[in-house]
Amino acid sequence: MSFPGLINYWAVAALMMIGFYAVIAHGNLVKKVIGLNIFQAAMFIFYISMAKVRGGTAPILDDDLSVFSNPLPHVLILTAIVVGVATTALGLSLIVRIRDAYGSVEDEEIRAIEAASD
Amino acid sequence: MTLLGFLVATALFVVQARNLFVSVILMGLFSLLVAGLFMVLDAVDVAFTEAAVGAGISTVLFLGTIALVAPKERPVAPRSRRQLLPFLVVGATFALLIFGTLDMPLYGDPNAPIHVYVAPRYLEQSATEIGIPNVVTSVLASYRGYDTLGEITVIFTAALGVMMLIGRGRKFPRRRRETDEA
Repeated sequence: MSFPGLINYWAVAALMMIGFYAVIAHGNLVKKVIGLNIFQAAMFIFYISMAKVRGGTAPILDDDLSVFSNPLPHVLILTAIVVGVATTALGLSLIVRIRDAYGSVEDEEIRAIEAASD
Repeated sequence: MTLLGFLVATALFVVQARNLFVSVILMGLFSLLVAGLFMVLDAVDVAFTEAAVGAGISTVLFLGTIALVAPKERPVAPRSRRQLLPFLVVGATFALLIFGTLDMPLYGDPNAPIHVYVAPRYLEQSATEIGIPNVVTSVLASYRGYDTLGEITVIFTAALGVMMLIGRGRKFPRRRRETDEA
């Protein structure tokens, strides 16, 4: 716990960039959604890292304890995780639909089919 | 914080793997590691939600999708030129993000701005106002109940969208120029 103070945020930045890279450099649509999920998870870690208080415990009240982590980011991220899964489901069903219409989930191939039909 | 190292390594393998099945299973591992990290960071409620929803439901959704579409990713043909630009963009953004973190309060600092406003009131008053020891639950269900209502609306809309897109008994209009049949 006595680690140099910003290492969590740096790891978050690295994870975000890995997700970002998957979104912009990979042509496969499923891979893009996976990249978005990694990006999202990095954001969650960012919030939860901010909520941590040194020497604190989980925010469940008890007479023996006095220092708690900040409960507010926990609540926000709890909501965000569930919403994230909902949007992932929507994105994946769009991919299934695209596969049905074009017979491919690769960016380039879909673009080629589009260009050929114009 | 070895967990952070594991996380970054897993994420790298997820993105690198050409076989989407491998990617999806590693993604489940990634979610489980994230849940473990939340546990270490005192966010127990978030940890079990992530373990159930992130590692469980997400993985099932992804598996269902790759069962319906191709399980392998097509290798990118002209490698050198296409890979350079994304690397530059990602590198520049990474540098900016690191620069941004330099102004952040240090990890675990009890005097950080986030800890001196709003949150202390919840910690001090919720026991008498709501009467539940778990502060996360009181905030989620009572103080910020409208957020949860909004969340339900989003999930409902998403479920509606999924049903309209791939619900059963629906005829998909097929395009004429198709490369291959399923």
